[in-house]
Amino acid sequence: MKHRLTLYCDKSQLADLRNFLSGVLKDKPISDTTKFEVILAVEEVCANLIIHSHGCNSKDKITLQVQEIDDKLIFEIKDSGKSFNLLEYQAPLLGDVIREKRKGGLGIMLVKKIMDKIEFESNGKDNTCRLIKIMDSK
Amino acid sequence: MLQIETSHEEKYALIVLKGEVDASNSVELDEAINGMVEDQNTHMLIDATDLNYISSAGLGVFMSYLEDFQEKSIRFVIFGLNDKVLHVFHILGLDQLIKLKPDKVAALQELYEA
Repeated sequence: MKHRLTLYCDKSQLADLRNFLSGVLKDKPISDTTKFEVILAVEEVCANLIIHSHGCNSKDKITLQVQEIDDKLIFEIKDSGKSFNLLEYQAPLLGDVIREKRKGGLGIMLVKKIMDKIEFESNGKDNTCRLIKIMDSK
Repeated sequence: MLQIETSHEEKYALIVLKGEVDASNSVELDEAINGMVEDQNTHMLIDATDLNYISSAGLGVFMSYLEDFQEKSIRFVIFGLNDKVLHVFHILGLDQLIKLKPDKVAALQELYEA
């Protein structure tokens, strides 16, 4: 199976993304909590791209493809904005988040805790982020 | 879709959240809490019974007030989180930083314990 969604870089698209993912994950052999987590993690990456890489420019778009290969769910997110490699991103410490009263930084922490594997590729123009969840992992 | 209702009870301020908090509407949550802080409320309750979803944008709003709450001796309790939303707080360890209670009775107890 392969599912695809194109998102315009507008924050209002996040609700559509959640609806799409709920449908795709509906019959997957994972718990409701895991489905909820996975939807959250994919949304965090897409929200990051929409806001930080594309400055909420609704003329830009990102594409999401969901594939099931063996026991893995693979979420492939492609965009052509400023490349953001979340593998290299150092998530802040919670204490710093509180002290600096910063409202960001928690999303990537969530993605790293929820997903089993994260891959990132960029050729300088097109970026691909792959989030992998093993279906029996939790 | 997020609906926020705010009210002032006799002894505390109440914010009721219904729906989903994400990056598109977390600023509304921010404004609601900021309003309560500016009104010099010292006891604040968040009713999250009908909150179905929260992303890091919403969690970040709560986190950004923790220091203010401490400086201004504001007591702040969230109650009624469903299991999935509560799980998100657990993943990040935010349950150690924010008082979370199952229902309003327990939340009020927490608010007024010595």
